[in-house]
Amino acid sequence: MKRLVDHSEVIQHMNGRLVKNNIFKLLFFFATVFGLIILVVLLYRVFTQATGWLNIDFLQNFPSRIPERAGIKAALVGSIWLMAMVAPLSLFLGVGTAIYLEEYAKKSRFTDFIQTNISNLAGVPSIVFGLLGLTVFARGMELGRSVLAAGLTMSLLVLPVIVVASQEALRAVPNQLREASYGMGATKWQTIYRVVLPAAVPGILTGSILALSRAIGETAPLIVLGIPTFIAYLPKSVFDTFTVMPMQIYNWTGRPQEEFQHVAAAGIVVLLVLLVMLNSIAIWIRNKFQKRF
Amino acid sequence: MLTMVKEKTIAPTEEKAVVYRTKELNLWYGEHHALKNIELDIYENEVTAIIGPSGCGKSTYIKTLNRMIELVPNVRTSGEITYRGRNIFDPTYRVEELRTQVGMVFQKPNPFPKSIYENVAYGPRIHGIRDKKILDEIVEKSLRGAAIWDEVKDRLHENAYGLSGGQQQRLCIARCLAIEPDVILMDEPTSALDPISTLKVEELIEELKKNYSIIIVTHNMQQAARISDRTAFFLNGEVVEFAETDQLFSTPADKRTEDYITGRFG
Ligand SMILES: Nc1ncnc2c1ncn2[C@@H]1O[C@H](COP(=O)(O)OP(=O)(O)OP(=O)(O)O)[C@@H](O)[C@H]1O
Ligand SMILES: [Mg+2]
Repeated sequence: MKRLVDHSEVIQHMNGRLVKNNIFKLLFFFATVFGLIILVVLLYRVFTQATGWLNIDFLQNFPSRIPERAGIKAALVGSIWLMAMVAPLSLFLGVGTAIYLEEYAKKSRFTDFIQTNISNLAGVPSIVFGLLGLTVFARGMELGRSVLAAGLTMSLLVLPVIVVASQEALRAVPNQLREASYGMGATKWQTIYRVVLPAAVPGILTGSILALSRAIGETAPLIVLGIPTFIAYLPKSVFDTFTVMPMQIYNWTGRPQEEFQHVAAAGIVVLLVLLVMLNSIAIWIRNKFQKRF
Repeated sequence: MLTMVKEKTIAPTEEKAVVYRTKELNLWYGEHHALKNIELDIYENEVTAIIGPSGCGKSTYIKTLNRMIELVPNVRTSGEITYRGRNIFDPTYRVEELRTQVGMVFQKPNPFPKSIYENVAYGPRIHGIRDKKILDEIVEKSLRGAAIWDEVKDRLHENAYGLSGGQQQRLCIARCLAIEPDVILMDEPTSALDPISTLKVEELIEELKKNYSIIIVTHNMQQAARISDRTAFFLNGEVVEFAETDQLFSTPADKRTEDYITGRFG
């Protein structure tokens, strides 16, 4: 029998293949290290700049023209207000939409249309959402520069990303599990609540947290809404004017005095801490769900 | 192969109650005519085997019996299937109600990513049983019924994914028993299992038929011959022959049946 695979040739090519293998391994390793180094440099710069400026006073003071007295209280509380509104609203609407599209809706031209639009919206620049918020919420509904107007705008901004991420997570749940549940006489809702959602929650959270983290650091739509940066009081209700940390930090970095760069760095550290806390909560919820299995 | 057929005595057909009666059932996937004029009776406390080459409509038929087929988009049916005298396609027949009477075991073991206990307790829970004592009892009874109790009794709260494939399949059978169904549908339940696990499941089916009516799809003709009382041979969406298993395997009435069971078929 004639051999189609000449083994001596295979051996000849072996070196080249193995070299290539190693080259790619190195390439990917450098890609990882590159990102890591940049991150470390950034963090190092921020933290060294912030040391000495980050203290209890900084957290308790309102903004001031004097760098030593400037604090982040108003912005920190404002960011928390904003999150407290955006997170539940966008999660409820986003996950709800994803469940409807994946589990209930029959494939039709209408659902295709919605699907395409949601995917496209996920890529729309945030400033466009700001303009939408300005016309609809700030002016149309006369909510002005309130927490409510900003919260609704930010919710719309992150909604498409949450929908798409949740849909991916729901799609990743094997159909066999749904069949097993239906096969025992479970209703659609029981199947979703007891089988599909627990399996999808880790994926839903991972995507949603990325989206919400983006909302925390976002300034463009808020600038369009006219959210101020110099505020010396805290919002008492969702109809009050407020500011958020990235706006405040942006304002500080624009000041001519050298000291304000340190104030800004301290603000960034607080923002990062808030982000880490948000992520920790997500991980905690995820683990809780995984234990339910 | 024919020597493998066991001697069996079957009570005369007239005496047994009919569980499922299928009349002129047709089914289309879009334009594809997958089931053609199916006529088939399923009897109480019997094992009915469905055999036939790949793509002949076995799974389609068995999934129609608990209306699982409705999960597939663009499926159309005509004709009638009565379960215990009631047309299952009747709009007033709630599908959830039908499926509490008719359990299903799938080809690939599909336990939930939950503990062994929670897997078995799933059915009773969704039907509203909350009492921990009753649930415990159901779980033990079902696991014993599926001949897996001894293997898992010390690890009830461990994840079901830690079980072997054969154990998982018996767990799925236990999960199905937990809703105390009347009929059990099995679609190639042993095709993913090794010979020993297969044997265990077969013994289990033998045992279960005392209390349940079982319909099993299988590609393994020895298996059909070993465990079933009645066999239906499907071909291209039609029932070519439906007879008592001994008769079908020893003296098939149709030439195509003979060709298939003797392995002379494509
Ligand atoms: N979801 C579906 N959509 C369209 N056609 C389908 C679908 N499922 C099955 N069919 C077609 O219907 C016919 C019967 O399929 P079915 O799955 O019932 O075969 P089967 O007898 O179970 O085969 P196997 O032994 O390989 O499992 C096949 O021609 C198949 O291609
Ligand atoms: Mg099949």
